[in-house]
Amino acid sequence: MRREENISGKLDWVALLLFIALTTLGWFNIYASVYDDTVKQTIWDLSLSSGRQLLFMAATVGIILIIVIVDMRFYETFAFLFYGLFLLLLTLVPIIGKEVGGNKAWLGIGSFGVQPSEFAKFATALAIAKYMGSVGFKMDNIRSQAVIFLIISLPMGLILLQKDFGTAMVFVAFMLVFFREGMSPFLLIIGISSATIFILTLLVPNQLYLHGAILVLLAIIIFLGKRKLNRILILSAGAIVIMVVIESVDYVVTRLKPHHQNRVKALINPDADPLGFGWNVTQSKIAIGSGGFAGKGFLKGTQTKFDFVPEQSTDFIFCTIGEEHGWLGSVVIISLFVALLLRIIYIAERQKSRFSRVYGYSVASIIFFHFATNIGMTIGLFPVIGIPLPFFSYGGSSLWGFTILLFILLKLDAHRGEMLQRV
Amino acid sequence: MNEGRREVLQIIIVFVAVIFLAKLFFIQVVDKKYAELANSNSILRQPEYPFRGLIYDRNNKLIVYNTPEFDLEIVLKEVKTFDSAKFCSVFGISQQTLRERFVALKQKKEFSPFKPTIFIDQLSTDDFAKIQDNLDEFRGLYIQARTSRAYSTPSLANALGYVSEISKNSLEKDGARIYRQGDYVGQSGIESFYEEQLRGKRGVKFKLRNVKGIEKGSFNNGAFDTLSVPGQNLITGIDLELQSYAEKLMQGKSGSIVAIEPSTGEILTLVSGPTYDPALLTGKKYSNNFALISSDTNKPLFNRPLMAQYRPGSIFKIAQAMTALQEGVITPETRMPCNKSIIGCHPGHDNQDLRGAIANSCNPYFHGVLRRMLNKGISTSPFEDTRIGLAEWDKHIMSFGFGRRLGIDLPNEKDGLIPSPEFYDRAYRSKSWKFSNIYSIAIGEGENLVVPIQMANFAATIANRGYYYVPHLVKAIGNTGKPLPQYQVRHYTTIDSAYFRVAVDAMQQVVEAGTAQYRAKLDNIVVCGKTGTVQNDPLPAHSVFIAFAPRENPKIALSIYVEDAGQGGRAAASIASLMIEKYLLGVTKRPHIEQYVLDGKFLD
Repeated sequence: MRREENISGKLDWVALLLFIALTTLGWFNIYASVYDDTVKQTIWDLSLSSGRQLLFMAATVGIILIIVIVDMRFYETFAFLFYGLFLLLLTLVPIIGKEVGGNKAWLGIGSFGVQPSEFAKFATALAIAKYMGSVGFKMDNIRSQAVIFLIISLPMGLILLQKDFGTAMVFVAFMLVFFREGMSPFLLIIGISSATIFILTLLVPNQLYLHGAILVLLAIIIFLGKRKLNRILILSAGAIVIMVVIESVDYVVTRLKPHHQNRVKALINPDADPLGFGWNVTQSKIAIGSGGFAGKGFLKGTQTKFDFVPEQSTDFIFCTIGEEHGWLGSVVIISLFVALLLRIIYIAERQKSRFSRVYGYSVASIIFFHFATNIGMTIGLFPVIGIPLPFFSYGGSSLWGFTILLFILLKLDAHRGEMLQRV
Repeated sequence: MNEGRREVLQIIIVFVAVIFLAKLFFIQVVDKKYAELANSNSILRQPEYPFRGLIYDRNNKLIVYNTPEFDLEIVLKEVKTFDSAKFCSVFGISQQTLRERFVALKQKKEFSPFKPTIFIDQLSTDDFAKIQDNLDEFRGLYIQARTSRAYSTPSLANALGYVSEISKNSLEKDGARIYRQGDYVGQSGIESFYEEQLRGKRGVKFKLRNVKGIEKGSFNNGAFDTLSVPGQNLITGIDLELQSYAEKLMQGKSGSIVAIEPSTGEILTLVSGPTYDPALLTGKKYSNNFALISSDTNKPLFNRPLMAQYRPGSIFKIAQAMTALQEGVITPETRMPCNKSIIGCHPGHDNQDLRGAIANSCNPYFHGVLRRMLNKGISTSPFEDTRIGLAEWDKHIMSFGFGRRLGIDLPNEKDGLIPSPEFYDRAYRSKSWKFSNIYSIAIGEGENLVVPIQMANFAATIANRGYYYVPHLVKAIGNTGKPLPQYQVRHYTTIDSAYFRVAVDAMQQVVEAGTAQYRAKLDNIVVCGKTGTVQNDPLPAHSVFIAFAPRENPKIALSIYVEDAGQGGRAAASIASLMIEKYLLGVTKRPHIEQYVLDGKFLD
């Protein structure tokens, strides 16, 4: 028992403070995004999102306490059980779930609903960490690669079945973990390049230009380097692959659901139809852009009221920061996120077991993916993919999911000394 | 081996953050465009509601149209000087009422001094005209125009259906996001079935608002505005005059009247009794009235012609007869004794041929017919033999359109039931059933179930001597007036056309010398019909009649169901003959029959 008493003292206080700062700032901004000057409700008002978010935050204290009290071996021992449980819940969602806003992603108990997909993230992170931490695992072994691929694809596929494209994409973030653990950098480069090519293809009106550019590049590279048959063949094969990817983009886009198609198109050129499919992005950029250097002041925003920006307390919460606190506010929030992410990596690196380290990198990767995609979409750098800003966006499932994700790491970290003895 | 990987990831994170901050610096500090867009004015997206399509009858009489409704809205913050004396004189209200309205306004849940709030709802067109001239004298007051459904007659409620605000549930299911909260959507009847055609396309207007949300003209001179596209009109086959007459006849009764034009399948009349006035389910009165109507124990929302499943009764004997003729187990000259020890019958006939047996609705005769149908001696086992016979019988009977939805253009059509061998296997939990277990189906009792629309379609099929078009309400969409191709297909029965002539003869005999001779016979028109008296113990039987007229080139085919009204030869036959008179001659010449129907005392 004595050991447990000391644990709160051993929790990484930097990460804890960053967590508290982000959650609290999020809460204020949720209030600002739903605040109506003519009604003047308080931040505690339960009819507002901010009042309900406070309840969610109160519940996170309980969640944190449970995570801290439970024996640290619990998470590793039952990693696959958690994983299996959430896979089961994800399977149940399309059958007994309820539909909210066109997506069937909620499991409801009465009026209370949770999104299992938000919790599937930490369950998958645990499973990946457990598997990669096991003795037989070798990153360059084809069998090991197949298993980790499977661990990620199952929840991803099930979430895609719920038509929640955004949350499914989050699982791509595990690429960063694999890279850290020895995956060939080529795979990461290929991943990033295909994403770039995807966006480029959409940006360039005629794909022939792209094909032309690739052929010219290919020719230059071949002429500059050694002119060996082997090398030329490999380079040419690579070029053909890229060209096939380009051709397939169009095919993929036309097969997306109409509202996803529009979101992708909006990215290319929101100004072409600022009031049609580019509405969200345009309004979001106007809101953020109108904030100026120092912002309009807390509760003084105009664009994030009056329903100009949709989903302002959830996916577009960053607009409120941009509008009311300007570029300075954006710098603060983005710095807080960077600080948290770097701190998590620091924590992950000081772990003595591979399980804890992989888990730590998973936490960093998932939060990073959310952070990058969410802010990227509000300022028009990414397509509009509906995923929340960690700790910031309104919503119980999302807040709890991220809290669990982070605090399991902090718990493991508090015991990193014992972990070594055990192994 | 993984040296430097950590640093790569750290660099990626910082790199993304720097790009974000650079982009943010550009749109927030460098580029003033966004600040101007936000500060000068904001853009309001205002939907333009389309007009819902109109519904016409077969003679181009308007059945359903839209009527404008005007609400007077107020934005309190914009009201500067308010001349209450003038306001009262324009709107014709007292100072006291005006004060009360202001008090009520501020108590409204959705009230905001910056946003338009309804001040006086549902202004009459006259009021609207008066106010519009004076509106610019009252700053802060706006007229909001909407439309609601209106009906030229109080009839046809169940076929038309109604329109109401889209439910939260349907809104969530609307994957294509066609609807928004507050939109009106067809909920039943034609309004629901043809929702896609009727609804039209929403337009959008972009207006500039200042930071307080007050409108300041159109955005970019309306360059981005799209006009709303009105819904398409529907031309139905309904004869509105005949429909109104039919509803008058059905007043105070439960049941249904279906009339079809045999040569097209167009539905002339579709009455479900009891009914309600469709105007009750429009506008602000909707919720109150809907609660009343839907909780009425007489079920006025239950669309009987499509949804009420009855046993067919003796009308089914015609189908039996034709099936047996087709299978060759009887000829029109086959005679059978009226042996009342097998099955009950009415007195006054014996040992008749087929036509006579139909005219007098002889039960033992059709017991015998079905026995020959089901026990042809193909198998030595009576169980197996009945099974083979019943399967054949099913094939013929279902070719008349019984036992499955016909595909009428209305929601909630019921199948009815024609028992198959498998049905009896389930009912008896074994294969040990034979003719003596199931003979009630011979006279249209037992397990058979039909809906009135199927019976009317059956009458139309006989009128056509062997085929039918799927009965339908809407014959054309839009102003082109082109007939809908799905209703141009002839559906043939499995019975040879020649045998229909026997049925037609027998049905003429029913009206001229048989069970319907007292109330369905007309002077100048040859009516063919068949009565049915469907047992409904312990209540009085349902009175049923199918008919078509005239015999050659029939113009109208009908089925009438009057619940708990006794013999088919009374209530139903009377109504059918009146309908035929009204439709073919335009007037009814037998006031005593009409009075008899209106009085509704059929059991005396």
